[in-house]
Amino acid sequence: MNQLKHQLPETHETPSRFRNTIGKYIIKRNSNCISCGKCADICPYGVHVMPDNHASPLRPIEHKCIGFDCKKTDHYCIEHCPEDALVLKDNALLDTMGDYRWTPEMLLGHFAMAETGDAPRVDLEYNLGNSGGGFDKMRFIEPDPGLAIDISDEEIDTSIDLNKTGDDRPRKTISMPCYGGGMSYGSTALSVIVGRARAAKKLNSLTCTGEGGYPPEFLPYKEHVITQVATGLFGVREETIQQCPIMEFKYAQGAKPGLGGHLLGEKVTKAVARMRETIVGSSLFSPFPFHSVYSVEDHKKHVDWMKEINHNVLCSIKVSTPTDVDMVAIGAYYAGAHIIHIDGSYGGTGAAPDIAKKNIAMPIEYAIPKVHKFLKEEGARDKVTLIASGGIRNGLDVAKAIALGADGCVIGTADLVAVECVRCGNCESGRGCARGIATTDPELGNMIDEEYVEQRLVNMYMAWRKQWCDILRSYGLKSIKELRGRSDLLVHLDYLDEDDKKKYQPAPEYKMVL
Amino acid sequence: MPQKYNIKTKAALPRFYPVGKYATIEFRENCAGSCKECVKKKCVYDIFKDNYLHMSKMEEPEYLYTCNSCFRCIQECTKGIFSRVVNPEYREIGDEYWTPDVLSRTWYQAHTGSVPVSGAGYRGPFVGKGFDSMWTDMSEIVRPTRDGIHGREYINTCIELSRRPERLSFNKDGSLAIEVKPILEIPLPILFEQPDFGVLSKEVLISMLKAAQTIGTKMFISAADVYEDLMPFGPFIIPLVKKDTFQNYPTLLSRVDMVEIEYEPGIEKNFGALKAMNEELVISVGIGLRADLDYAGICVELSKADIDTIHVYANSHGREFESDNPRFIKDMLRDIHLALIDAGTRQQINIIASGGICMAEHVNKSIICGADGVAIDRPLLIAMECRLCDRCRNGLSCPVELESIDPAYGSNRITNLMSAWRNQMLEMLGAMGLREARRLRGEVGRSMWFEDLEKESFAPIFGERKVSIDVG
Repeated sequence: MNQLKHQLPETHETPSRFRNTIGKYIIKRNSNCISCGKCADICPYGVHVMPDNHASPLRPIEHKCIGFDCKKTDHYCIEHCPEDALVLKDNALLDTMGDYRWTPEMLLGHFAMAETGDAPRVDLEYNLGNSGGGFDKMRFIEPDPGLAIDISDEEIDTSIDLNKTGDDRPRKTISMPCYGGGMSYGSTALSVIVGRARAAKKLNSLTCTGEGGYPPEFLPYKEHVITQVATGLFGVREETIQQCPIMEFKYAQGAKPGLGGHLLGEKVTKAVARMRETIVGSSLFSPFPFHSVYSVEDHKKHVDWMKEINHNVLCSIKVSTPTDVDMVAIGAYYAGAHIIHIDGSYGGTGAAPDIAKKNIAMPIEYAIPKVHKFLKEEGARDKVTLIASGGIRNGLDVAKAIALGADGCVIGTADLVAVECVRCGNCESGRGCARGIATTDPELGNMIDEEYVEQRLVNMYMAWRKQWCDILRSYGLKSIKELRGRSDLLVHLDYLDEDDKKKYQPAPEYKMVL
Repeated sequence: MPQKYNIKTKAALPRFYPVGKYATIEFRENCAGSCKECVKKKCVYDIFKDNYLHMSKMEEPEYLYTCNSCFRCIQECTKGIFSRVVNPEYREIGDEYWTPDVLSRTWYQAHTGSVPVSGAGYRGPFVGKGFDSMWTDMSEIVRPTRDGIHGREYINTCIELSRRPERLSFNKDGSLAIEVKPILEIPLPILFEQPDFGVLSKEVLISMLKAAQTIGTKMFISAADVYEDLMPFGPFIIPLVKKDTFQNYPTLLSRVDMVEIEYEPGIEKNFGALKAMNEELVISVGIGLRADLDYAGICVELSKADIDTIHVYANSHGREFESDNPRFIKDMLRDIHLALIDAGTRQQINIIASGGICMAEHVNKSIICGADGVAIDRPLLIAMECRLCDRCRNGLSCPVELESIDPAYGSNRITNLMSAWRNQMLEMLGAMGLREARRLRGEVGRSMWFEDLEKESFAPIFGERKVSIDVG
């Protein structure tokens, strides 16, 4: 039996930080209520709660309500209420949430997974966005029932290897096929980035410093923290390279391909300024590109420099997705990279010019097969780990990216959504994120604590893992490594005949107000 | 060293509340009254600051529409009395091309002069029609980018409007053997044009011309509308004339350095007469991209005549005129550009594209498709708070009182918008590793197109595409 080498963490209920949660449905109790408590007695989902010492039920916990599907059951509160005091409706608030890529239901689905560690019980479409292309039009093919295997989640291997080069550096394996993308000290609340590191330790995965330096709070989790070396070189020191298992050269990022990082003055507090060795309140624009790298030879010099500082470190090269991303990838490999990390144009968590996010560089869905194919043709595919990011939103996207040819993925935005980011996009303005996530404001930063972040992330990733295990089992695969490059298991709706298309869930396509 | 071109900005607050996207709803009957935890007091953006004032004045509480979408009031109110809806007025402004989002971003840029920035990734559809079916390239490691936006490397956005000689030739003593005419250039590849609708009061036109003057560009205006008050802006005006009317404007044509004459068959015969009125005149020919015209062929013929620029017009949505299945300007520009290359005249002539240019990205994308520069009209109105509500077309009053705009304010807003657009152009040019807007012309190699990417990356996996690619 292929038992897990690393014991995966337990999930446990981690409710929202906010008093009023947002659900797909709203359920209101009107003044006809006689506080008989029947609704609380019959609801198995915890929507209606009437504590023993309360004379009347609490306000319904709407996000737990399964909505009109409940009609088919024997516990539909609306019909059982003796006074007709309950009203159930679709929540019109959802019209004001989300966007084409992260639909309101995808947001709510991730809130639910982060709360419970399981797939949402409510009928939410959390695997597909409304973008009308890319992952949202890809589906896994109907599996041949004969292929399915009956093994438990514990017996399925979701780990990936990060050093395939065969060099004398450590073999590094993480238990998840994804790890956390760089979020810098300064752009994101300290409790959030440390919470991510704690989750990475529990999940035997990784997180990344981003380009804002290495706060000492990371040290207890240093085996799970990647040190990023970006063009601004903020906070990069020899010791931060010496203490990390993996260092990442960030040549470019999908949020702003071809542009340097931005940290606006409001976020440069005293602590951030100290870490970045700069002046309080001064906006920081990282240069682009590395002014020390103008050739593959320069790039190799960079890699050799890091390898010399730390003889055990693995090198990851993070690039965006230009038209010649395949050539860039092979160049990075020949210069000694263990990991090639391609970051597509639609993702990113940090503040970036809207024009860059929308228009510059290709979406990751195109880049993965392009790079995978080229590395194969060059005979390098099994000697390097290919990591994809930038617009990978959910567990299914991860599985699709792997089937397209990546070994694993890097996740950013979903981590933030797990801690209740609503993607309002105001990360950069004034005091920063009003929800206490992407902020250095002392008051707002206190809205969130490390334990909450850690457990919400563990819950979300464990829910994703269940999805991956279901997919692998259905195709008779025991390891996610076997899924890599299995693009034969994918279909794209636009490439199917009308009859074949009917076998698959249609792509959501509805107009949104942006 | 000559001074680097830069557009100075100054914040210009809106005169009227911009139409916001969201309306906050309060179910006040459920309010606890004097709650110490009141979320209104805690709003990070302070949007409820004037709440009570509005209530006492019985005014529409405009704070409703300034919500920044953090959801905290909705999620933290002890009584749960808050909700939100999309502002119905927001849904109504603009149309499917000039979307509410385009309008609201344009207002923001005209107000602040800043590039729109947001966090948490891209929010729109995977691909769209027209310009939304192409991406621009970026350079990585071996083809370095240019760091233009913060002035660390200068990126030149100049374009020329005058004709270029095919080649230079020299006498034995090294002197020029050909006559080289003065070069007429503008510092950014954007010209203005008089909108075809809207409140076009004297104040509005002067606002546009003052902005053109400030940033050093020019504006196309019908010669008949260039009345005396506009004459001080002569060097920034390109009068639009027709074959039968240009003789009526000898004074005007003597005071400007460029003119545009409307295309009609046989127009070539009039270029000599135009030059006779002012031999320094740079001549543009304006041609509407009508489906029944062989516009690429006409452009080739025009490029061989003694003119400087061809100005092609699509409709306000960037579409071909008079067609049941109109093509988009990016494809029409490609045809024209390639036809001129085949004819060997592309280097001599300039192409200016009009129609459907509503965002900064459209400037660079038009240039990639083969234009030298673009001309814009509606963004000028929108910068001055126009809501494209069409009330003016129906003889109704303008909700933002454009007719009485102070030209100093109006030009400030337009200048801010152009600065934000230019900075966005620099972001894209820098990412592409280009230091010259002129180097971008026709550079499709610095772009990626939906149909090509699908073919290259997806066709080997998924086979033949069954849904036709409709990105035109």
